[in-house]
Amino acid sequence: MADDRDRDKVAVAEFHKKIKEAFEVFDHESNNTVDVREVGTIIRSLGCCPSEGELHDLIAEVEEEEPTGYIRFEKFLPVMTEVLLERRYRPIPEDILLRAFEVLDPAKRGFLSKDELIKYMTEEGEPFSQEEMEEMLSAAIDPESNSIHYKDYITMMVIDEN
Amino acid sequence: MGSGTSTQHHFAFQNAEKAFRAAALIQRWYRRYVARLEMRRRCTWSIFQSIEYAGQQDQVKLHNFFSYLVDHFTPSSHNERDFLNRIFTEERSPQASETQNCGDYDSIEVPDSYTGPRLSFPLLPDHATALVEAFRRKQRLHARYVLNLLHEARKHLVQLPNINQVSTCYSEEITVCGDLHGQLDDLIFIFYKNGLPSPERAYVFNGDFVDRGKDSVEILMVLFAFMLVYPKEFHLNRGNHEDHIVNLRYGFTKEVMHKYKIHGKKILKLLQDVFCWLPLATLVDEKVLILHGGVSDRTDLELLAKLDRHKIVSTMRYKTRKENKKQAEEKGNANQTGSAGRPSPWFLPQSRSLPSSPLRPSTHKAHRAGRSSSVPCGVPLDPKELSRRVRRSVDLELERCRQQAGFPAIKEKEEPSSSESEVDSDAEEQPQPTPEEWRQVVDILWSDPMAQEGCRANTVRGGGCYFGPNVTERLLQKYHLQFLIRSHECKPEGYEFCHSRKVLTIFSASNYYEVGSNRGAYVKLGPDLTPHIMQFQANKATHTLTMRQRISRVEESALRALREKLFAHSSDILVEFKKHDKDETALLSNQLFHNQQE
Repeated sequence: MADDRDRDKVAVAEFHKKIKEAFEVFDHESNNTVDVREVGTIIRSLGCCPSEGELHDLIAEVEEEEPTGYIRFEKFLPVMTEVLLERRYRPIPEDILLRAFEVLDPAKRGFLSKDELIKYMTEEGEPFSQEEMEEMLSAAIDPESNSIHYKDYITMMVIDEN
Repeated sequence: MGSGTSTQHHFAFQNAEKAFRAAALIQRWYRRYVARLEMRRRCTWSIFQSIEYAGQQDQVKLHNFFSYLVDHFTPSSHNERDFLNRIFTEERSPQASETQNCGDYDSIEVPDSYTGPRLSFPLLPDHATALVEAFRRKQRLHARYVLNLLHEARKHLVQLPNINQVSTCYSEEITVCGDLHGQLDDLIFIFYKNGLPSPERAYVFNGDFVDRGKDSVEILMVLFAFMLVYPKEFHLNRGNHEDHIVNLRYGFTKEVMHKYKIHGKKILKLLQDVFCWLPLATLVDEKVLILHGGVSDRTDLELLAKLDRHKIVSTMRYKTRKENKKQAEEKGNANQTGSAGRPSPWFLPQSRSLPSSPLRPSTHKAHRAGRSSSVPCGVPLDPKELSRRVRRSVDLELERCRQQAGFPAIKEKEEPSSSESEVDSDAEEQPQPTPEEWRQVVDILWSDPMAQEGCRANTVRGGGCYFGPNVTERLLQKYHLQFLIRSHECKPEGYEFCHSRKVLTIFSASNYYEVGSNRGAYVKLGPDLTPHIMQFQANKATHTLTMRQRISRVEESALRALREKLFAHSSDILVEFKKHDKDETALLSNQLFHNQQE
């Protein structure tokens, strides 16, 4: 039991360090606050993969009672530590991602046309903004066929990250 | 029929739901990917910025160190004092020899083999355009024309007030550009995209034309040429890099010497003066204030308008002649060798004589006469001897530090045999700014805006301050201004509004840190003075790179730069690690952490 607790303590200390470092990158005035619009980036960079809805819930937890547009580190740290300890919002494994693309491609062609991708990403789920859509297209679309071969795309993105 | 449809509907509904969920999953995954890219970009940016500002901070610290020495070290004779003075004072020759110097360009012959642009004065608009074209084709302007142009530029600048007044009645539009830092491609791009300067198209260039980039000389030539051709419509503000001391460290001096070799020194000398004559700010329609750095809670536009800006040779160091003169007098009278009864500062080596250093090219004859090369220890020292030794070791230390800081070694002709009268006449001809005047100029050339209220010292840069929205507000109200335009800081998008859009930062050097690091931007003010921002990135390659490729490139570059710094300072870093220097480790571990992640 004692060992478990020690291990937990070590884990918490590790998490605290990581959270602090990620937070500091966006703490432009060095006053332990970040703009609320950057919190999503911070959370995701710490290994979590929340949906937009989950992100909003999380932000509500760390915001002040009267939202100021800024998130304070004192509020952010405990909430984020909990998230990491509970391993919430785990990243999506490659194969699950592949299956998601296959759902959108019932004919099993192995690709999605540019228009199809745009339709799904901007009309379904938690729609992309135009900027997000353009950015994804720039890297994903094969200009010759004007389509995205999702299997290759996933492989490329995963390699790129590692 | 009915059940069939309902099954169909049920099936369709299920499919739709599945598609919805699949899309949501992909989006969720993609947003995380983008966030991690963004984090990498931010870390990279921090690295570059820290390295950049740390360099500036170093220089300021070095100067403060020197200033301390000069102020507190009391040589036994005015010769010594003079010698030390000359270490800092790139002394300005009195008026007479200055004109002589400039007249010297006449004697420089341009060989027939020279195929570069030739200038004749007074300049015509075509000449300026031709100059841009010539530089675009990578030609170089001959030293004679450089000097000639600088000489004419100086003549013009001298007549200008400290704060340019510009009105939109005359030109329909005014374009304001920020830092260029020797990146000629960006200047050419702006002229290409926005149009060349003309009576209808006014321009304001907001300082930092030189240093870092490789074409500072060409940029200056173009800017000065257009200034002479369109004096009413083309305006330049001084930046913190229009400063011969900053130039020593950040590349402009090197560029000039490399491109112009034997004539380089003359050019630099003239430039030093030209920089001091650059106006400090530009005011558009008495509503929009354009200056390089920022403001402080002490900024006094009336004082800034009145002071003699020529007195501010460099914002890197402030020193009163009067103090030194007094010291010299005291020393002369008492003929003391002060060090005996005085506690020696920590940086002076203790009581051991040092052999003459090969680093020291000193040719000051009087100096040598009073000095012995080595004195054995243990001999009871008279005060004179002690002082001589202390002086010697300080000189050596100073010389070593000077070399490190990139100061030119003292050349023979800069050291005429000393005479008090010369020093006196120098002091009289070159009046110094008051501390207040100097501080005012430093503030507007070095300050940065911050989000918090208040005004505090800018410790990152080592000069100027951080000013908050309330400082901006108060200044705007006091002088009935609408907003400020400043530069001085690189921004990823080339521009940034802050203080409720009352402060606009405009930065025109794209890809400043590395290819793909940032866009450049310029701003156009219409008659209603609404700012319209135009962005650009003067490198075709960046357009074809995706965001992640761009970030990877910049990141590699940052890591390389960081590695170099680490290597250069490895011993210091070890010391600091032992002391648990939070900032250093935080930055490093952050990057390492992300490397692990990746």
